[in-house]
Amino acid sequence: MEAILLVILLGPLAASAVILLGGEYFGRRVAHTLAISAVFISFVLSLYVLYQGIWGGMGRIEQTLYVWGFGGPYQFTLGFLIDRLSALMMAIVTFVSFAVHVYTIGYMADDSGYKRFFGYIALFTFSMLLLVMADNFLQLFIGWELVGLVSYLLIGFYLKKESAIFAGLKAFIVNRVGDFGFFIGIATVLYFAGSLNYETVFSQAGLIAGKHIWITSHLAVSGATLIGILLFVGAMGKSAQIPLHIWLPDSMEGPTPISALIHAATMVTAGVYMVARMSPIYSHSLLAMTLVMVVGASGAFFLGLVGIVQTDIKRVIAYSTISQLGYMTAALGAGAYAGGIFHLMTHASFKALLFLGAGSVIIALHHEQDMRKMGGLWKRMPITYITFWAGSLALIGFPGFAGYFSKDAIIDAIAHSVTPGAGYAYWMVLLGVLVTTLYTFRMIFLTFHGKPRMDAHTWEHVKESPWVVTFPLILLAIPSVFLGGIALGPLDYGNFFGTSIVNRIGDNPLSLGAADFHGAWQFFLQGFTTPAFYLILTGIAITWVCYIWKPGLPAALRRRFWPIAVVLERKFFFDEIFIGGIARSGRELGTFLWRFIDAGIIDGLVVNGTARLVGASSRVIRRLQTGYLYHYAFVMVVGLAVMVGWLIWR
Amino acid sequence: MPYLSLVIWIPILGGLVVFAAARIPKLDVRWIALFFAVLVFGLSIPLYTEFNIHTAAMQFTEKLPWISAYHVNYFLGVDGIAMPMILLTTFTTILVVLAGWKVIQYRLGQYLAAFLIMEGLMNGVFAALNAMLFYLFWEAMLIPMFLIIGIWGGPRRIYAAIKFFLYTFIGSVLMLVAFIWLYLYSGSFNIIDFSHLQLTPTTQILLFLAFFMAFAVKVPMVPVHTWLPDAHVEAPTGGSVILAAIMLKMGAYGFLRFSLPVTPWASMRLQWLMMGLSLVAIIYIGLVALMQKDMKKLIAYSSITHMGFVTLGFFSVFMIWANTHSLDAGRLAVEGGLVQMISHGLVSGALFLCVGVLYERMHTRAIGEYGGVINTMPKFGYFFLFFALANSGLPFTSGFVGEFMVTLGVFHANFWIAVLAAVALITAASYSLWLVKRVVFGKVTSSRVAALKIISPREILILALLVLPTLLIGIYPEIILRVMHASVTHLLLQVVPAAMG
Repeated sequence: MEAILLVILLGPLAASAVILLGGEYFGRRVAHTLAISAVFISFVLSLYVLYQGIWGGMGRIEQTLYVWGFGGPYQFTLGFLIDRLSALMMAIVTFVSFAVHVYTIGYMADDSGYKRFFGYIALFTFSMLLLVMADNFLQLFIGWELVGLVSYLLIGFYLKKESAIFAGLKAFIVNRVGDFGFFIGIATVLYFAGSLNYETVFSQAGLIAGKHIWITSHLAVSGATLIGILLFVGAMGKSAQIPLHIWLPDSMEGPTPISALIHAATMVTAGVYMVARMSPIYSHSLLAMTLVMVVGASGAFFLGLVGIVQTDIKRVIAYSTISQLGYMTAALGAGAYAGGIFHLMTHASFKALLFLGAGSVIIALHHEQDMRKMGGLWKRMPITYITFWAGSLALIGFPGFAGYFSKDAIIDAIAHSVTPGAGYAYWMVLLGVLVTTLYTFRMIFLTFHGKPRMDAHTWEHVKESPWVVTFPLILLAIPSVFLGGIALGPLDYGNFFGTSIVNRIGDNPLSLGAADFHGAWQFFLQGFTTPAFYLILTGIAITWVCYIWKPGLPAALRRRFWPIAVVLERKFFFDEIFIGGIARSGRELGTFLWRFIDAGIIDGLVVNGTARLVGASSRVIRRLQTGYLYHYAFVMVVGLAVMVGWLIWR
Repeated sequence: MPYLSLVIWIPILGGLVVFAAARIPKLDVRWIALFFAVLVFGLSIPLYTEFNIHTAAMQFTEKLPWISAYHVNYFLGVDGIAMPMILLTTFTTILVVLAGWKVIQYRLGQYLAAFLIMEGLMNGVFAALNAMLFYLFWEAMLIPMFLIIGIWGGPRRIYAAIKFFLYTFIGSVLMLVAFIWLYLYSGSFNIIDFSHLQLTPTTQILLFLAFFMAFAVKVPMVPVHTWLPDAHVEAPTGGSVILAAIMLKMGAYGFLRFSLPVTPWASMRLQWLMMGLSLVAIIYIGLVALMQKDMKKLIAYSSITHMGFVTLGFFSVFMIWANTHSLDAGRLAVEGGLVQMISHGLVSGALFLCVGVLYERMHTRAIGEYGGVINTMPKFGYFFLFFALANSGLPFTSGFVGEFMVTLGVFHANFWIAVLAAVALITAASYSLWLVKRVVFGKVTSSRVAALKIISPREILILALLVLPTLLIGIYPEIILRVMHASVTHLLLQVVPAAMG
């Protein structure tokens, strides 16, 4: 098994290294063959591992790879922890990665950075697997930062595009703010547990919760709470939670396959995975869980609202991703860790599908992303259109589609949750369904329906994308439709994850809902009676009126309710606060410290001042050495007179 | 084999040979210099391979009487703290010789000779176990560096050279006073003996301050750091590399070799000063670095913040002990500081070499004059990016290891100190990657950038030679940590109980 795990992990790394270092010596075909076969092998083997985990009685594999280093007595290792949780994540990551690899052949066909792109996404697959397969916090952090690195490289993939380069920098630095918390969280783990190994730490979770650290002289915080909050700060960065979500919409500057793979399906869910993995710690801190749930639920609703006013198709999906990540996060905070992971899984397929579908539209329109210049595409692009519908219905949670099962289970779980603040969170995630429907159907209607709004020349050339693009769409559409019904029972209500996910007795809201669970078919039928279903219908009706029946209505509404529109269009002013406020004051403080203290006081006053003082006093003292004998004789006489006088009159 | 003597005197001999050979017309002295540099590196390898990692005792010792009347001996030896520094020195010197290959037109022979002689003297600093011998190497080393800045430097080289010399010299003189006092008190110049003295609190404070002046200037710590940006900006590329990679390490080395063991009580009493100044370096200088318009100044300031981690790790051991009643986390922090020293030597050296590559082509270091370099020099762009990422502490590069270990260590001293230290994660990423954004990425901003020549195989070789250890230490830091464990444990077992009384 160890050999298999190593091949899964290192195959993509080897492919990436060969492509990035030796790319100039071979052609495109070699590059994509290498990358795709490595990822495909990883995918097949990951499926095998998952199969072993579910039916093969694999149990829990803990394997140390090597000792990274000793710091004093502390041993830091790299290694694997493979259980159903990590095996499921590995399968998700490699599956989406494989689909995106194939899609890239078509999407990047005209790009001069073709080989570099394959090198990067293979490197990404490695980094993400490193993170997922980790059995310790050090490796988790290494993978965590490396996926951030690849994200940075790929957002800024178009090297000459200023906005893309800026977006990459922004993504890296905002993620670093999250990692700052994450890093201190890891230090906290070592402080309380004396080890960074998951097993060792989790086995002491109760003890850690009992210990305290004095944050100020009056405030002691329990170890579990502090670790939980600090690690969640990391998740806020990576999984785009308020207020560190600001990098994700800008990350859409990168090529679309990346938006699907990294900024929707896998990397951004790392935070969700991490919190689920840390459930033994979180389950000891209601405070940390409340924070997780409230932040997640707020994002699910409020940042979904921003998606309604976006005009760039990719940015709509980006805000949708933030909103859906909010659902997952809220589920974690409610104690429904499995529910969060389940939604992560269905979301990975339908959101990757939506991004790749949007990408298909974007290629057909020669890299046009503005929905105001689309419309009427459904006739010309049937496969893209149908799969896009499948993804959309899954996204809004229409009964029967994958997203319905995962999302409705979350709403239900939050309703049953004992985490403080669940009442607020419930309304947020419920109303979030309406918001989701609004932006999703607005997107469908603007893109595929109505009259074509692009120029005649472009319209004439619109055609369905080649098979390398449509094949991944179909591939992803399958789980987007069917995965939910199949996986709901075991994942959410069947204790699928066993001991990998730990709840305190009585606070797993899923188990409370399990009593009402009578199979996926019943669950599906119930879907037509829930409030969420009526919100979906309302949403569809509103968007149909606004974008098909009376297309002038949105503009009129905007004029009537302009303050709300401005707040949404400016995205709640987060960018203004962060870039105009915090980043700018940092730069100004830097300039001040440099000019005033370094150059002014230390160098100007002290260093050069001392030099000037020495120089000036030398000029004065130099006058004494005139070289004239009579000056010296005169001084000697005066001195003698003073001394004699002092001797006489003392 | 007396490896330590060889790595001190062979380069000095080599320097003299190069100096003499430079008078012979049509003789390419560069190959002679490279030969000696590689030879010395080869001679330093047994120091690692034959090093006994299980003992904290001095190894490869050599002792000869020299000025017996004053007990000044020629006494050499290394432990796990000094040995890696010698390897770093001999390795860096090869790169410096290669870096000067085409660039230096004026008095090339003397230039290379100065670096070889300086290499020997720097190895002497790390190997000396007699205080007077140490002082001799310490001061002698300033001379070639002074000349390198003063002769081959930029337009304000005289100001920078004098500032560099006076700053460091004033500190060193106080160190000499401390040595003489210790000799008069103990009757020995043996550095190891110094650490066994029972000194009164007042004496310790005075000695600590004297050492502090010498070492804090070298590190450099705030507020005696302002010579560094000037020296770097004016120094030629090779000078900057040696300055950053090796000379700054001597201050930190001095703290470990003298301040902590000789004056443990004073080190504990003044830990607030040391940790405070380190945190100021990490945060304040991080912000200052962000706003620099000159690439070399930016890297110089970033050096100061990285060295802040070193001193923070070293002087946190007492507070860690007070908080946890254990040396465990203290060892973590000190070893982290040591790895940070090595890593900073590699990464900042590489960044200065990168700036050198650009400067050689465009004759400016102003960030604003660049932009879109990756379009004309793609390979170079990725090297630059790689080292900038290492500078920002990316995992799997050496830049991560030290900061990781120090932060995890000082957390055991105080929560807020760790929080403040971790701010470097944000500031380092900001100034490093903002620099990359402005210089490397984007559209080609000027015809001069458009006309840049791609990097030569020699330049690729230099940078690739630095990529390897940066990755190696990042992926498997134990390779360098293994030699440190015994010495660091020994040091702390001696220092912490002595301070706590």
